[in-house]
Amino acid sequence: MIEGILIGLSTALSLTNILMVMVGCFAGTIIGMLPGLGPMTAIALMIPITYGFDPSTGLILMAGVYYGAVFGGSTSSILLNAPGIPGTVATAFDGYPMAQQGKAGKALAIAAYSSFAGGTISAIFLLVAAPSLSKVSLAFRSPDYFALMILGLTAISAFSSKGQFLKAMMMVVLGLMLATIGQDSLSDITRFTFNNMNLTDGISFVLIVMATFAMSEALTIIFRGKDPNRAAKQISLTELGSIKVNKEETIKMAKTIPRSSILGFLIGVLPGAGATIASFLAYGMERNYVNEEEKQKFGKGSVHGLSAPETANNAACSGSFVPLLTLGIPGSGTTAVMLGALLGFGIQPGPRLYQTNPEIFWSVIMSMYIGMVVLLILNLPLIPYIARILAVPRNYLIPLILFFSVTGIYLMSFNNFDIFLMIGIAVVATFLRLYDFPMPPLILAFVLGGLMEETLRRSLLISDGSPNFLWDRPITLIILLITVTIVGWQIFSTLRKKN
Amino acid sequence: MRISPTKFISLLFLVLSVFYLYTAYNIQVFAFDENAPFNARTFPIYLGWAGIILSSLKIILPEKVTTEVNHKHLDYKSIIYLIIISLIYAAVILKIGYFISTSLFLFASYYFLGERRWGLMFILSFPFVAAFMYLLHGLLNIYLRDPFLKYIGVMG
Repeated sequence: MIEGILIGLSTALSLTNILMVMVGCFAGTIIGMLPGLGPMTAIALMIPITYGFDPSTGLILMAGVYYGAVFGGSTSSILLNAPGIPGTVATAFDGYPMAQQGKAGKALAIAAYSSFAGGTISAIFLLVAAPSLSKVSLAFRSPDYFALMILGLTAISAFSSKGQFLKAMMMVVLGLMLATIGQDSLSDITRFTFNNMNLTDGISFVLIVMATFAMSEALTIIFRGKDPNRAAKQISLTELGSIKVNKEETIKMAKTIPRSSILGFLIGVLPGAGATIASFLAYGMERNYVNEEEKQKFGKGSVHGLSAPETANNAACSGSFVPLLTLGIPGSGTTAVMLGALLGFGIQPGPRLYQTNPEIFWSVIMSMYIGMVVLLILNLPLIPYIARILAVPRNYLIPLILFFSVTGIYLMSFNNFDIFLMIGIAVVATFLRLYDFPMPPLILAFVLGGLMEETLRRSLLISDGSPNFLWDRPITLIILLITVTIVGWQIFSTLRKKN
Repeated sequence: MRISPTKFISLLFLVLSVFYLYTAYNIQVFAFDENAPFNARTFPIYLGWAGIILSSLKIILPEKVTTEVNHKHLDYKSIIYLIIISLIYAAVILKIGYFISTSLFLFASYYFLGERRWGLMFILSFPFVAAFMYLLHGLLNIYLRDPFLKYIGVMG
């Protein structure tokens, strides 16, 4: 492991890669700060830029963007009560009241320190857990992978559906349907192309991400522009107050950070859960841990209430890399985007990545830690200046997002059919979003579609077409039982709501 | 009878799933693959059925959580303008080149979204796109096809 860490450090600490982490953190912070734009959009917008880089550098840039976007999301939560991403909704519960009390600088500093600590602790967990899990995951066979993908898709549907599980499952099926367009990987038979040559290679992953996130986010912001409930309540960005944290607040943070880090990391490892669930659970757990006097301060500017979700959401970000790097199966929408980017570089993440491309495996892990340090030393002093980005009028912001989306696709294919297709998918996605049809399950399903068909093919061929492969192996059976439990819980909670 | 938008979308999804399933059954597979445990049709057929079952459940089951959208608060005018501009942009990008089409697209988008500061609109379109192209093409060495700029000798 020491050798791996040294390989990772030597790659991550090259001048180009340090520069990429800094650029990634900075760009991610700015994009993540803009309400409505999250890490998925930020990473999607970066994909075309990474085309010219080697895989390690490209991934390091994206990891930096990921952390930066999560931190940026916290900034808009605290200053505007408008979370950039769902993972920072809980941050606004106590962060925004603190800002209203004239302690915005302090709230941002607490968020930055908590993010740093949560990220650091979970990066250490990742360092220890990932190689061990890589070895365990070598025991996985095609039926286990198939079951694991079913679990991942069910879990992300359950967690991202806001109580509308069926809608999320429909999006999963739509994502899988889109993934089947083009040539069948084994027989080369074309499917669902309707004799259109542009569809023979299938729909590109970047196109789907740009359409369903970057472009449809931008269209949604314009579409809902007249909604008075969505108008941001802006506090004065010129009076952020001091960013110094006193001794009493440091002690409070020191108590909260370890437990929230552990919880965040464990939740992040679970497929489908991620930063949003982690931050809400950490907030709830912290409220139960503190004394009665502190409990009363929750929702009114509590240090515990701000530190817990911030620690947990960053810890969950590191945790979500565990299934991606060790099993090749993304646990969240954001890591699904990263998986797509990895596949674009010709790298198949999974247990063998640790052996075949150790420099990529370790440099991503090490660059996460470097990303945390960069976030703290680069972003914290720049907060008063970065915060002014929030004042960029949407009249400029939206066209620029559309411009980056179209450029990304144009660079990839120099073909206007793809641009038309992207606009069409973005319009459909905008209407689906309007009625709460979630997009992360669609992306995850689209990314996993090919792999899922492949593992199902192998499983069915080995079992000669019999469905026995679903319960022949204990690992498969256990994973499927967990899936059934999640579905059962969704049905139970729906019925309970009815009563 | 009034059908809720969610159920209407589910109905459209049902129609899509039926069409998808019909197309899946008609995928031409090799003769020797016809009776294999798994061929190019198998997975799409499962998906088609899954789509039909899920969308039917959504249509049949009563809605516990309803998504209310106030159409008075939706800015249809701006979004239609933006989509039309984007479609025109997609249609002309290959003909008139990346630089001119992108700059005009940005300028027109700022205008239709209500911006009237002409100087700023100009800076954030033509010079901005030129700088972006220099970053990609000149510094990052990412090929950016622009037949027009190539024709006038600006790009190699």
